Amino acid sequence: MNINTLTIAAARALVQSRQVSARALAEAHYDQIAGRDETIGSFLTLTRERALGQAESIDRLAEKGDPLPPLAGVPVAFKDVLMTRGVRTTAGSRFLDKFIAPYDATAVAQVEAAGAICLGKLNCDEFAMGSSNENSAFYPVRNPRDTTRVPGGSSGGAAAAVAAGFAVATLGSDTGGSIRQPAAFCGVVGILPTYGRVSRYGLIAFASSLDHVGPLARSVEDAATLLEVISGRDSLDSTSADVPVGTYSSECGREVKGLRIGIPGEYFAEGLDPEIRQAIELRIDGLRRAGCEIVSISLPHTEYAIPVYYIVATAEASANLARFDGVRYTTRSPQAKTLSDMYRRSRDEGFGAEVKRRILLGTYALSAGYYDAYYLKAQQVRTLLTRDFHNAFTSVDAIVTPVTPTPAFKLGEKTDDPMAMYLSDIYTVTANLAGIPGISLPCGNNRDGLPLGIQILGKHFDEATLIRLAHAIEQDQQ
Amino acid sequence: MKVTEKDVAYVADLANLELTPEESTRMVADLNSILDHIDKLNQLDTANVEPLVEVASSFTSARCQGSERFAYAERADEVKPGLSREIALANAPDTNGTCFKVPKVIER
Repeated sequence: MNINTLTIAAARALVQSRQVSARALAEAHYDQIAGRDETIGSFLTLTRERALGQAESIDRLAEKGDPLPPLAGVPVAFKDVLMTRGVRTTAGSRFLDKFIAPYDATAVAQVEAAGAICLGKLNCDEFAMGSSNENSAFYPVRNPRDTTRVPGGSSGGAAAAVAAGFAVATLGSDTGGSIRQPAAFCGVVGILPTYGRVSRYGLIAFASSLDHVGPLARSVEDAATLLEVISGRDSLDSTSADVPVGTYSSECGREVKGLRIGIPGEYFAEGLDPEIRQAIELRIDGLRRAGCEIVSISLPHTEYAIPVYYIVATAEASANLARFDGVRYTTRSPQAKTLSDMYRRSRDEGFGAEVKRRILLGTYALSAGYYDAYYLKAQQVRTLLTRDFHNAFTSVDAIVTPVTPTPAFKLGEKTDDPMAMYLSDIYTVTANLAGIPGISLPCGNNRDGLPLGIQILGKHFDEATLIRLAHAIEQDQQ
Repeated sequence: MKVTEKDVAYVADLANLELTPEESTRMVADLNSILDHIDKLNQLDTANVEPLVEVASSFTSARCQGSERFAYAERADEVKPGLSREIALANAPDTNGTCFKVPKVIER
């Protein structure tokens, strides 16, 4: 058993056949974490007791020879914006340093009910705000492929843990690329499900119209298996959609012949790293050989996506983060004498610089006299961006693009320039704005051995086609 | 310069944030740099464009009109078990066992 390349199906088979116990599998992962996570920094909290309890019940089932649930014995971990009952859940923020989640996020409950073993909680940018994981209030995560580089963000811990062999798969969240970009930087697979596909109940809110929960894994099939488990209507999230869930993992291996693939010129313009461009063109050639029809398309409003995103996301964040007021969530400044003093000082002491920056920008965009010029304008342009995709999908089945303009950058490289950091999300924010699904998967390495990513975007609720295509691309490289 | 120190102080006040003088200087510079980029949106004429208000509008149920489209989100108005008071108060910095406690609101 090679723990670094173990897949969900393989882990489950080992446990079912009792070649390895779920407990031993969990312990082996904890050993890996103990050996190397001091350098990587992907975990904020380990949940050994929870994990061993879960492993014990799976091992008991396996002993009886009963058929095991789909994720039986699979060691997983959750980004620390997902609530885990009775376990510290920080969102990467000082504010929630001592917060113990009172209930489980729906996606967490689903994954655990499917037999997975929860190893712990994963580091991330504070309140999922960031593209490098350097905004974690605790410590940054380092890229397992090159520890001088960032793992991406905000689900940096979730991607690094999968890449480093600390967990077979993880759950992250994606508000503007936070699953797909770190997946690309660390060389793993990440899925942004359609808005409404996966319940957001128990996800600590950043921007409610853009937030998605989704899986990160080592293979397209693993990501698809996990997506199947977490998809579906949840009465606890009124925006979760009542749309049938596909058997996504069975899409792997299906023929892609006849599918029409759009290549948007705007995503391959100036600023794209030439090695990424080349790697993606290679994969497009592969799809063509497999019988896909490759079509040039235009998504003309792409260049407006970053400005729209940073208005909408910060406006929603400024409202969502108003709840952190010193009354309910663990942190209250000890110096506060009056109520208004308590609000201000608690927030000042609890929030990091990027969170304050975004709250200020969002509050500004929503404030009297600026609402029309910024927030309303951004929502109008969001309509145009969404129409671009609707128009494109009348003639193509899926769209292939880069995930990021460059491979993983160095720690500290963009921390002084928020705008430069924001622009690294240029190819990913569009899907969140339109609510469409996307998948990011590895498509080779650059000359320094850094992973490069390719993104496929699809129609609302058409995760099946994305997985089919992604699996074909994955196979083409083997 | 679109945003001045005074604007930042005003917005910080609205957002219940307290900024040190250093933080405030940094925020003025950062917000101006971000807003300069955001100004790009003014290149587009959006006079006749509806703002996007729901992400899921195109697929909730295309044939239904108005609030019917959200019929799926309706549920019976029944009392169901929720968090106990003890658990709901467990993370609070200060309580009296039944309520959250906060500093005095009105000074005498």
